[in-house]
Amino acid sequence: MLCASSFAVLIASCGSSETAPVVEAGPVSLRRLTAEQYERSIHDVLGRHITVPSRIDPDDRRDGLLAVGASFAGVTPSGFEKYEAAAGTIAEQALGSGYRDDLVQCAPASLTSADDACAEPFVRRVGRRLFRRSLTEEEVEDRVVVARAAASALGDFYGGLELALASLLVSPEFLFRVEEAEPDPSNRARARLTSVSMASRLSFLLWNTTPDDDLLAAGEAGALVDEAGLAAALERLLASPKLETGLRSLFSDLYDFKQFDDGLVRKDAALFPAYTQPMIEEAKEQTLRTIVAHLAEGGDYRALFTTPDSFLTRRLGVVYQVPVATASGWEPYRFPEDTERAGLLGHISLNALHSHAGRSSATLRGKFVREVLLCQDVPTPPANIDFSIVENTAGELRTARERLEAHVDNDACAGCHTLMDPIGLALEKYDAIGMYREAENGVPIDTSGELDGIPYEDAVGLGVALSEHPNLGPCLVRSLYRYAVGRDAEPGEEALLAALGERFASSGYLVSDLLREVLLSEGFRTTSGPRGVTDTGDAP
Amino acid sequence: MKRFDRRTLLRGTLAGTAVTMGVPLLDCFLNAHGTALAQGAPLPMRFGAWMWGCGMNPERWTPATEGTGFELPIELAALDRELGTGGKLRDQVSVLSGFDVKLDGRPNFPHTAGLMGTLTGSLPLQDYTVPAPTLDTIIAAEIGGFTRFRSLEMSCTGNPNQSYSFESQGVANAPEISPGALYTRVFGPEFADPNAGPFTPDPRLMLRQSVLSVVKEDRERLLQRVGAHDKQRLDQYFTSVRQLEQQIDVLLAGPPDLESCEKAPAPGADDFGTEVNQSMATNRVMAQLLSFALACDQTRVFSMMFSDRISGLRQPGSSAQHHQLTHDEPLDAGIGYQPEATEFVYASMEAWADFIERLAAIPEGDGTLLDNCLVFGHSDVSLAKIHGITGVPMMIAGRAGGALKPGVHVAGATAPSTRVGLTIQQVMGLTTESWGTRSMEATQPISEILV
Repeated sequence: MLCASSFAVLIASCGSSETAPVVEAGPVSLRRLTAEQYERSIHDVLGRHITVPSRIDPDDRRDGLLAVGASFAGVTPSGFEKYEAAAGTIAEQALGSGYRDDLVQCAPASLTSADDACAEPFVRRVGRRLFRRSLTEEEVEDRVVVARAAASALGDFYGGLELALASLLVSPEFLFRVEEAEPDPSNRARARLTSVSMASRLSFLLWNTTPDDDLLAAGEAGALVDEAGLAAALERLLASPKLETGLRSLFSDLYDFKQFDDGLVRKDAALFPAYTQPMIEEAKEQTLRTIVAHLAEGGDYRALFTTPDSFLTRRLGVVYQVPVATASGWEPYRFPEDTERAGLLGHISLNALHSHAGRSSATLRGKFVREVLLCQDVPTPPANIDFSIVENTAGELRTARERLEAHVDNDACAGCHTLMDPIGLALEKYDAIGMYREAENGVPIDTSGELDGIPYEDAVGLGVALSEHPNLGPCLVRSLYRYAVGRDAEPGEEALLAALGERFASSGYLVSDLLREVLLSEGFRTTSGPRGVTDTGDAP
Repeated sequence: MKRFDRRTLLRGTLAGTAVTMGVPLLDCFLNAHGTALAQGAPLPMRFGAWMWGCGMNPERWTPATEGTGFELPIELAALDRELGTGGKLRDQVSVLSGFDVKLDGRPNFPHTAGLMGTLTGSLPLQDYTVPAPTLDTIIAAEIGGFTRFRSLEMSCTGNPNQSYSFESQGVANAPEISPGALYTRVFGPEFADPNAGPFTPDPRLMLRQSVLSVVKEDRERLLQRVGAHDKQRLDQYFTSVRQLEQQIDVLLAGPPDLESCEKAPAPGADDFGTEVNQSMATNRVMAQLLSFALACDQTRVFSMMFSDRISGLRQPGSSAQHHQLTHDEPLDAGIGYQPEATEFVYASMEAWADFIERLAAIPEGDGTLLDNCLVFGHSDVSLAKIHGITGVPMMIAGRAGGALKPGVHVAGATAPSTRVGLTIQQVMGLTTESWGTRSMEATQPISEILV
């Protein structure tokens, strides 16, 4: 039902002659909260003053997305140990004096003993936000008993409540998002997500946090399996300032920016003194700001790769070698033509991420463009392979281009490297931290090349070629869809992806329209049912 | 099908001397699974894995002769150390060369195939996938329940997301990368210090137990609502909850009753990263903390990733990392190897020697802590330049309570590397009779190193 009549107003291009593709959606499964979702949920439900311990259980990145890994991640003994410790410190902060009154919303009869009448509504209300649904009576009662026993043992009402809250925070119902299916009354042959499950799906996709009260109420009232109800909720979510958070999370996941947060993008201090952790965190922020501002203005997605508009801090200005007037904080900045920078591929963040610690890597950069931006597979290199000609910077081959061209003379390498290297060579004037250079080892850098038939002279030209590449838009559609449903697309969803791609194009590549289309699509709302036994990659 | 093998068990747990014991006496040493030590046995046995990335140069690492008394080859010269507790370090270590990872036509995913073959007994069908549980988790499943921590995972790479300890693809045990965090986790306020006066259990411990019993109810209810894939994940969650309950039980029982147990001194400020000197320093500090943790029986299973399989070790000021060098650096025709890359092989072997030397520094019973350990040192490849997986370098340090004969060089003659994993499991008291799949299936332990 891509083009349901009630949504026609939202989708200008929806014509009556178009037929909706047949969709056979894939399975649902538990989705473990990512570290970011965990932290945002705590802040939204229990208060922003809370310091959430970092590094609880690492996220599982699979097929290029944390959002997909979350459908497979489990909880290890060491991970659970940390979740339990985190629950204790979070509960203690949430119920600390100064904050507890707003959160608990009732006063106990005595500070030094149990009070079920105050504990119960607290468990019910906070539990509903954390579990993303109303608690059953049993679930409430179990926690009231914990609060009562602990309050009596400790002689402290709030101490008891802390343990009840901790029991919510270590529950599988909080740590995993539960997506449930039910028969679809409009088509008995298939299953749809329940209205309550839809509330979480919408909220985590658009805001990357737990649903708010209104969305939960809509979910529990059954409104989110109703097309009008879904559309209304969707418009509210899209209009919220929290959408910016959701977009940042989407692109951070897609571009693997978590590596910056984890301090894993390291550069040699002697070779790159300008490279510091604060600088690279600002570089990440620059890219996210650029994306969010561009999309918020209704910009064409493809123009992200050609726009000279961005934001800078003074620290970033040092690396870009441009003056930044604002002494501290951010200012909008348009790169002049002579800086040879335009589009995201000119940013420090992506160039530093796809480089080695001591040198740039045309291959890694090309691989990123092929795999992440164009959704093309690049095979892994053969095991028995001699790289020594290719990478030896001390020998006769002084530039990356000279070294990499050796690949093309070698049949085993040529097949894959002709896919990656020409793209990366266009970016060679950006060194391992994204700083501009004219020459490598004394030889001027030649950035010319072609991308699948479109020639270019330099990095700016590569951005233009990329923006015109037929895969660019469809690839974002596929990535967004995988991010939304937490798994790869099934064969029965390919027609839907193709249709979504066409609509994305006819909207002028508006990401907000694409989000609407995906969320209203059958693929997002229906499922084949719960996932079967895990495929571990080995033969059965 | 596993069969209960008392002989194997005894070798693993009672230093071989108990083989003559009658069966009725034997049974009192068994836990409910009939496979491992019961509490109260004299000294615990520990297993650990220590991994370095990017292998070695086979001709320079492999001893020329088999058996004992071999001459240490140049790349194993780090083992030529005198121990503070007497004897030589080299006599605590057996060298296992010539054992292969066999592909059976599957792809040699660079650095992954060899590692997974040795650690899981199976070869992956896709890159970056884990075909079966790793050796350490197999052993932890049997003996991890007796201690406060089922296992401790550590890494010197600074990457908080990667260890080579997997229950399955989606269940990876995250490593401690910071010595400070490891210290706090083991020796923080929860640690019951046997030398700190009378023990009074913290009443909050029992309240935490009550929290855990509630979430077990949650899990039961949730199981009714999910599919087969998620049932497995919830079972894993439940195992983790049970483990924490046991951990709290151990805390409630009071300080460990072990003569060598004392609280570790706090480590200095963290300085971790991939410069080779940073990783080596982290390895030494972690080994020290671990040795105290083992002496206090806080865990019996551990793993350490010294360097990633795609080794990021580097020298300050150099643009090349270890892994890159193994592929980029030209072979020096005069000497027959890559000199710069080989510096990292030396460094890795020094770090391995540092690690086991530290375990041998703590006296325990009539010997040292290392005597009651089995530490498995291994890499992902042999010659990294070609991602070689024949003759994957492996070593076993320690006597495993008297079950092992160290100081031996065994040449595997193309036997599957899983024979090592099988031997380890049997020595650790598991009843495994065969391990690995297809050509990697091993049925014969390495008798040359068994007592």
